[in-house]
Amino acid sequence: MKHIVIIGNGISGVTAARHIRKNSDYKITIVSAETKYFFSRTALMYIYMGHMKFEHTQPYENWFWDKNRIDLKEGFVSKINTDAKTLEFKDASSLSYDSLIIATGSKPNKFGWPGQDLKGVMGMYHKQDLENLEKHAPNNNVCKRAVIVGGGLIGIELAEMLRSRDIPVTFLVREASFWNGVLPTQESEMINKHIKEHHIDLRLSTNLKEIKSDENGRVKSIIIEETGEEIFCDVVGLTAGVTPNIDFIKDSGIETNRGVLVNRFLETNIDDVYAIGDCAEQHKAIGQRRNIEAVWYTGRMMGETVAQTICNKKTEYKPGHWFNSAKFLDIEYQTYGWVFSERSKQENEVYFQWQHPIENICITISYDKNTHKFLGINTFGIRMRHEIFDKWLTENQSIEHVLEYLADANFDPEFYKLYEAGIVAKFNKENNTNIKLKKKSWKRIFSI
Amino acid sequence: MKLIKQTGLVLFLIGLTIFTASIFTGNFSFTQKDLDTFISEKGYKSEIIKEELQKAIVTEENLTIFQFSKRIRNAVKINNQHYNDLIAKYNAAKNWTEKGKQYQYRINGKPHNISYEIAKKAGSGFVKENAGLMWFLTFGLGIIGALLFIIPNLILLGKPGIKNDGIYLESATNRGWIAWLVLVYLVTFYLVLYFMPDYAVNWTFILDPISEALNGGEASQWFVYGFLYCTIMLTMGVRMFIKYRHNKYQIVRTISVLFFQIVFAFLIPEIMASLGKPGYDFKNAFPLDYDFFWEWNLKSLTESGGIGIFILVWGIVLTLIIVPIMVYFFGKRWYCSWVCGCGGLAETLGDPYRQHSNKSLNAWKLERWLIHTVLVFSVVMTIVTLYCYFSGTSSFLGIKSQWIKDTYSFLIGAWFAGVIGTGFYPIFGNRVWCRFGCPLAAYLGFVQRFKSRFRITTNGGQCISCGNCSTYCEQGIDVRSYAQKGENIVRSSCVGCGICSAVCPRGVLKLENGPEDGRINPTEILLGNDVDLMQLINKK
Repeated sequence: MKHIVIIGNGISGVTAARHIRKNSDYKITIVSAETKYFFSRTALMYIYMGHMKFEHTQPYENWFWDKNRIDLKEGFVSKINTDAKTLEFKDASSLSYDSLIIATGSKPNKFGWPGQDLKGVMGMYHKQDLENLEKHAPNNNVCKRAVIVGGGLIGIELAEMLRSRDIPVTFLVREASFWNGVLPTQESEMINKHIKEHHIDLRLSTNLKEIKSDENGRVKSIIIEETGEEIFCDVVGLTAGVTPNIDFIKDSGIETNRGVLVNRFLETNIDDVYAIGDCAEQHKAIGQRRNIEAVWYTGRMMGETVAQTICNKKTEYKPGHWFNSAKFLDIEYQTYGWVFSERSKQENEVYFQWQHPIENICITISYDKNTHKFLGINTFGIRMRHEIFDKWLTENQSIEHVLEYLADANFDPEFYKLYEAGIVAKFNKENNTNIKLKKKSWKRIFSI
Repeated sequence: MKLIKQTGLVLFLIGLTIFTASIFTGNFSFTQKDLDTFISEKGYKSEIIKEELQKAIVTEENLTIFQFSKRIRNAVKINNQHYNDLIAKYNAAKNWTEKGKQYQYRINGKPHNISYEIAKKAGSGFVKENAGLMWFLTFGLGIIGALLFIIPNLILLGKPGIKNDGIYLESATNRGWIAWLVLVYLVTFYLVLYFMPDYAVNWTFILDPISEALNGGEASQWFVYGFLYCTIMLTMGVRMFIKYRHNKYQIVRTISVLFFQIVFAFLIPEIMASLGKPGYDFKNAFPLDYDFFWEWNLKSLTESGGIGIFILVWGIVLTLIIVPIMVYFFGKRWYCSWVCGCGGLAETLGDPYRQHSNKSLNAWKLERWLIHTVLVFSVVMTIVTLYCYFSGTSSFLGIKSQWIKDTYSFLIGAWFAGVIGTGFYPIFGNRVWCRFGCPLAAYLGFVQRFKSRFRITTNGGQCISCGNCSTYCEQGIDVRSYAQKGENIVRSSCVGCGICSAVCPRGVLKLENGPEDGRINPTEILLGNDVDLMQLINKK
């Protein structure tokens, strides 16, 4: 029987295993050095915050793997021998495969800062990082202050985590405004304000110079590049992005760049070796997506796709329209289609924006200024229906159409205040148009 | 702020301690005249009980309720023992006439209840004489303390939003010693309420003035329970308003359950009773209202003229027509988390414990076995009762009407719904009864699962499998298992509390009533993948 070995038990690897099982009787083994059972990495923050226990982050009960005949092997792969089709483990054991799926995910970036390997310096990615944080920052007596370096999604989550235990946080962000490489100014500034509302010491346009040690090899303080200021702290969180976790592949003959290079069928240059998820790098970007996408749902989709290919239904990876979501402290964010920040948008892209005068609610719709084609939407504090926007993007609808039917797209809980009328009125005023907001229609919503 | 909270906690605990300690106070004794009146009111024919009670409680001694109760129960026991011996004797002698005569001398009813009735008349002491002051020292301090503990959260919790920080880090909400202590207290409370009401007679003295103002009569242990229930729901409702102040669905829903509890379950029945009508909770639907078709209720309703007949018709229409139609349009949430009293307590007092429901597949299996068994039990019990009512017999298909009613009241009414249902909140979650036991929920669940417009819609491919939804589902539904597959959640047990949607960090879940078409959407492939892949998968 064909033996499929998957390195990595994150969302990509596990999804691949599940779909291979649905479609075949192959022997399946998932290898992981992090944990025996699959858990949801995105939920690690909630364990530290006390919203959940670790067991709650496991989407499948422990009997699931036996029942579905998915073998779990705990071990760290040190070498892949693609000629012999075997994996060699750190403990000198080995495992042979017929097909290999590399799904090893990412690791936090470290940019060679002095002191980056001291005790108390950590990323927030692996389960071990969480345990490390629990050790170094159990409360605000042990951890008098934490400094977070890097203003992305993990950085703000780590800040939220630490604040949940009343630990003072200094947040160093390289950019002049939070995540403004991705977000338009209106939204980026709203988040800046919200970060400060949570009593986080936000330092914009600020870089880390070095991390200083005490006599025991523990973090004592950090020095800021621009001002030379020394900030005393007990924990330093490095959250300046992630990078594919593929060091062990380097000598295997599998072609890599930053990630494992794959084609649209997620095949590497070696037969029967595939790569999916955060660690896979497309030779050529798909649409406006990045070559490496460290996003939950793309990992899942790659897992579904590669499972089809392995089960003899060769299938191309087609991730469809871009979407994503996140939560910045109390503010929910969703995006459908492409909204680029001022820094990176094209000349033909223009914004229509609306913001609530008081609450942390706003939207940005990006559209083509010549054709009025709808390009994408960012919403903050308003939930939107994925299906509806996906349909509008496929149909190449205009911004006028989107606004006219905006009520169909709202996904907020019942009884929430709706803002569509004000949004449409603002557009009409700015553009001298006369769009009339259509009432929400179940028929339209569910005729997809 | 923290100081205010701590002060509140101390005041609350003082109130709770005084409330609990009040049980142990008071003097209980009867005069001969009181006893004679009581015996003639009750129509006791036995000389023995007269004698025994006289020995036991007509006394100058200052008896505590425990001594008093014990003596009465002993008197009843001696009396019944005597006549049971006689019955056995005549039975052996086959003297049917004499045997038959003895039954009238036995004292029927639970000894603790008889003791309660006497204690209610026989009690004196500080609590009874200072009901107003005692109310302030128990309910008053409890309410003030709880509010002082809760209201600072407006500021302490920070900006509006989901505030579940520390739930699994604190003893009270993480099955620690505080949770076990609360469990023991609640279980004891229910045991006293259901099985030893005489021990709680001092509590009824505290509420006598309020009861008299409302319905003209003295407070019973059920009045105490009803009043306490409303007080707790209101106070913990304030907590809900603060905790979920960003979420209008939760606010509206909480107002609704408070309204139905206070007005429908408490005030209207009291007012009806004061007008000499049967006190009826118009929202309490059979089979949750399991004694609706019992002989005494049917008798009381049919003898109460127009209003009685109206209630009878209303009760039947409520269960057979209104409930299923409403479930069709809105899901069972309209009842379980918007109207129901059990649901109301679960959603207010129980909210801090909602995460403890078991999400395993085995728990789901157990749930389906148990809840449907209780439904069958309640229906069988009712059929037997009705058959016996109309035919005038005392059993049907070999099942004795009285026996099955007693068994149901004891096992389901008292133990399951009360002692376990509420007592186990801190360890097993706030919906143990609603999930595993409530026959009405089982009935509503069938309608919701097979013929309803209600569903929880999953928003395309946005789910990140974090598990907040499953963790905080009070009904133990593994919401994530559906959401991460892009499937809508259509489960008979869902009470539509809306918390899964509230705690979702990615805006994935929405409770809604929509067309039946496409309500259940099993998908293998999530949105985001291009269409041809979806077709490929769906074709096979």
